[in-house]
Amino acid sequence: MSGSNTRRLVALAFAVLVLAALPRFVPSFVIYQLTFVGAYAIAILGLILLTGMSGQISLGHGAFVAVGGYVAAMLVQSTGVGYVAAIPLAALVCGLFGLALGFVALRLEGIYLALATFALAVAVPPTFKHFKAWTGGVQGISLPPFAAPAALRGIISGDQWLYLITWCLVGGLLLVTSFALRGRLGRSLRALRDHPIAAVSFGVDPTFHKTLAFAWSAAYAGVAGTLLAFATAYVSPDAYGFALSLTLLAGAVLGGLDTLYGALAGGIVVEFLPFWAQKINPAAPSVVYGIALVLVMVFMPVGIAGAALRFRRRHAL
Amino acid sequence: MNRSGFRFTGFVAGAIVLALTVGAAAPAAADDPGVSATTILLGGTHPYSGPASAYASIGKGAIAYFAYVNDNGGVNGRKIEYKDLDDGYSPPQSVQLTRQLVDQDHIFAMFNQLGTPVNVATRPYLNQNQVPDVYLATGATMWGTDSDKFPWTIGWQPDYQSESIVYARYLLKEHPRAKIGVLYQNDDYGADYLAGLKKGLGARADLLVKAVSYEVTDPDVTSQIANLKASGADTFFIFATPKFAAQALIAAGGQSWHPQIFLNNVSASQTVLDAAVKAAGIGAVDGVITTQYYKDPADSSWANDAGMQLYKRVMAKYLPAADVKDNEYMYGMAAAFTMVDALKQSGKNLTRQGFMNVVTHLHETNNPFLIPGITIATSPTDRFPIRQERLAKYDAQAGHFVGFGSVINARS
Amino acid sequence: MQDLAQQVVSGLATGSIYASMALALVLIYRSMGVINFAQGEMAMVTTFIAWQLTQIGVPIWIAFALTLAAAFAGAVALEWIVIRPVERAAPLTVVIVTLGLFITFNGIAGWVWGYVVKPFPTPFPLTPLNIAGIFINSQDLGIIAVSLAALGAISLLFQKTKLGLAMRAAALYPEESRALGIRVSRMLALGWGLAAVMGAICGVMVAPIVFLDPNMMQGILVYAFAAAVLGGIESPVGAVVGGLTLGVLVNLLGTYVTAIGTDLRLTVAFAIIVAVLVFRPSGLFGRAKLQRV
Repeated sequence: MSGSNTRRLVALAFAVLVLAALPRFVPSFVIYQLTFVGAYAIAILGLILLTGMSGQISLGHGAFVAVGGYVAAMLVQSTGVGYVAAIPLAALVCGLFGLALGFVALRLEGIYLALATFALAVAVPPTFKHFKAWTGGVQGISLPPFAAPAALRGIISGDQWLYLITWCLVGGLLLVTSFALRGRLGRSLRALRDHPIAAVSFGVDPTFHKTLAFAWSAAYAGVAGTLLAFATAYVSPDAYGFALSLTLLAGAVLGGLDTLYGALAGGIVVEFLPFWAQKINPAAPSVVYGIALVLVMVFMPVGIAGAALRFRRRHAL
Repeated sequence: MNRSGFRFTGFVAGAIVLALTVGAAAPAAADDPGVSATTILLGGTHPYSGPASAYASIGKGAIAYFAYVNDNGGVNGRKIEYKDLDDGYSPPQSVQLTRQLVDQDHIFAMFNQLGTPVNVATRPYLNQNQVPDVYLATGATMWGTDSDKFPWTIGWQPDYQSESIVYARYLLKEHPRAKIGVLYQNDDYGADYLAGLKKGLGARADLLVKAVSYEVTDPDVTSQIANLKASGADTFFIFATPKFAAQALIAAGGQSWHPQIFLNNVSASQTVLDAAVKAAGIGAVDGVITTQYYKDPADSSWANDAGMQLYKRVMAKYLPAADVKDNEYMYGMAAAFTMVDALKQSGKNLTRQGFMNVVTHLHETNNPFLIPGITIATSPTDRFPIRQERLAKYDAQAGHFVGFGSVINARS
Repeated sequence: MQDLAQQVVSGLATGSIYASMALALVLIYRSMGVINFAQGEMAMVTTFIAWQLTQIGVPIWIAFALTLAAAFAGAVALEWIVIRPVERAAPLTVVIVTLGLFITFNGIAGWVWGYVVKPFPTPFPLTPLNIAGIFINSQDLGIIAVSLAALGAISLLFQKTKLGLAMRAAALYPEESRALGIRVSRMLALGWGLAAVMGAICGVMVAPIVFLDPNMMQGILVYAFAAAVLGGIESPVGAVVGGLTLGVLVNLLGTYVTAIGTDLRLTVAFAIIVAVLVFRPSGLFGRAKLQRV
């Protein structure tokens, strides 16, 4: 193993230890917030895949998060599937849904895709309300609190267990995505994003790659939706409106679309920016949010993680 | 990554941990959190941003009233500090803020948390941690009926189903052959009202010929009104929020449809009625029936009432720039009055258990913001603080609602 | 039969609301090639400005005129400060900027004017018209009339004037237009300004019906997008026809197709957008685009 790989693994192990040890030192509600950070990071990772790497603008990512949350809640409530087992199942369903949407998206690009996905985001809450028998309609579905498995019950709380699962997933999915994008797949996606016509003439199959990106990002959103549903212990249609899709996209952009680390930065932004914005302007935190978005796009379009990476590279850190 | 990169990562990780821990206060050692020698710390969430932000006035009204109480002796020598946070009506946000208030700020009790989905999401945690979760700003019936599962949670206002049942009973008595059409908002609020109406009609549920919903994203409800008119209904129930209630009244008047209209209490404010009169004339609103339990600040017939004058004084001093006619401020103040009442009765030695004891055995007859005759009464088996309402009919000549009949106990 | 006719007429009335906002969206698209997600919020803010003016005693028509002027000036300033730096960037960047503006304007309106719903004054007489048992508001007729007039003015501008030609050229072929001496940036700013004026007109016409609050335009925006897409995102005529059609369609589906009912209207709008974009992206009145390889 090369020196830099060893160092990378050591750094990773260090990060894992820090995260695992945090519950001992940090108040339980901060752990709770960090769980949300992790869940958002996973959702944003999917969005970075779709919009950043594959170049397909999506204003409807929240719809997949919603599907993930509802599928998980319905599974847990009606079929007695365990919490942890519900995660891959929800991801699968979302992935299929994303695949279907991906086929539709093939015919759209740029602004038109943005528009179609915007409409998707808006149409989701009423659809969930409509199918009352399945989704609980306007009342939503309440879940029992997340509990650690019997063997660990005395040692860690349900909250801490969810936190650990979430961050294991964040780490795992980051690694998987990083590996998968390293070779040909990543090059093909980026080629299709930047020079679609040239890429196609070189034999890159747009159908396969673009639908794959949609399905893949949807699956991640499904995982995120499941984790959010478990953390909140409640799903309701109005929690998944257009605002969620907008927030996730804003998080992805502010975090940085060009790099997978943008997902982490984005997760932190989505979770804490409203909180910080309230401190700057208690009457209108969204003004701060909106202005931040515009300023970042104008002055720092690569986002926080992108800028941090550039800074590191430029100063040889 | 070279050695410097490693250091960089470690630095970043450490910075994040530091930033997060710095914000966290050390846990207080007090037996009952939120109570010090000089203050009582209460927590709450209201939507100060987002689509439901019209209800932020409720939180503001409560804050103003607490300020007034603090300036006039406080509660048994203590001042009330009410930390009311913005959750944007989003359950994931409310849950996090609630935990923050309990775990980090160590509030004594949660007061007047707003929104049915919000409270459904937060009450398990609050009950698990034995935090009083009182006087919720929502009329969902479940707060009163779920008290065995969630004993630390209690509502305040007359619940939606009770209100519908009052209307149903009145209707069955006065117009037993009515043909009923309903317009309801497609969410838990509207659905609860509709469920109450069906319950109240009981065996005569067949009187309901058409129920049509609308979404808050709909620009207007003309299509729904046309649909209801076409069904031949001669009685029209509006279970809507103020803007849509106004639109419904205007559309009904505009399409020359003049059924007997029942308007739910939340939307029966002077502002709504005035807007309807302006757009569709007096005929659209004459004879509209609603129920009332608190005094409407936009209704000038309360001008010389002591309670209304108190309200205006408090508003003038603590919320000078606000629109005094917004009845949500009144709602917040009325609930805050009950809170102060319960806190006072809990005595100088303030504990959560003791407080809940007072809350479940409360008998309050002197709330200046409620209509005379309406009392707050709870017992361990009756977890609906306000069950009474009074029917009122809109008198177009006088230009406001006029109460009729006696105060009705909605849950008897 | 009368009920059906009433639903159609009500649909036309609601549809005209969508049509007027769709016109603003089309204007922006024609002159800048971007979709402005903040269009609704800009319209809403200008409507609040109009309201504020009437509250301090300015007579209605003067308030409207001042508002339109403010809308134009404000929009041009906005374009210069915020849009111009990202003019040539990727579509995503512009989309994000307009979304940022969406959030900002909504927040500002809530901050300054609060969220309590307010009635909005209208110069039109209030009594509804009764035509053979079918009722329509003069306000709705006013919206239809104003939309058609605006449509006429916009079409005239684009098709028959040199300025309109310059605007279209600047949007489609910026580099070539610059070479021909057209001040491209100025054309884009002009397009943005005119769209804001159209949005202000829409807001002021629509507010008496939907009442004034910071969130008044959000539901309308989705339907307006659906209308614009249905009619053809480049076609002003399409925007109006699309809006009216959508209004009627949504009403009829909501009333007579019980499987859909009133709660799936937005889903219907979504389905329309997607179906049109997939099968006939140029919409009813647009022209198919050819991509140069």
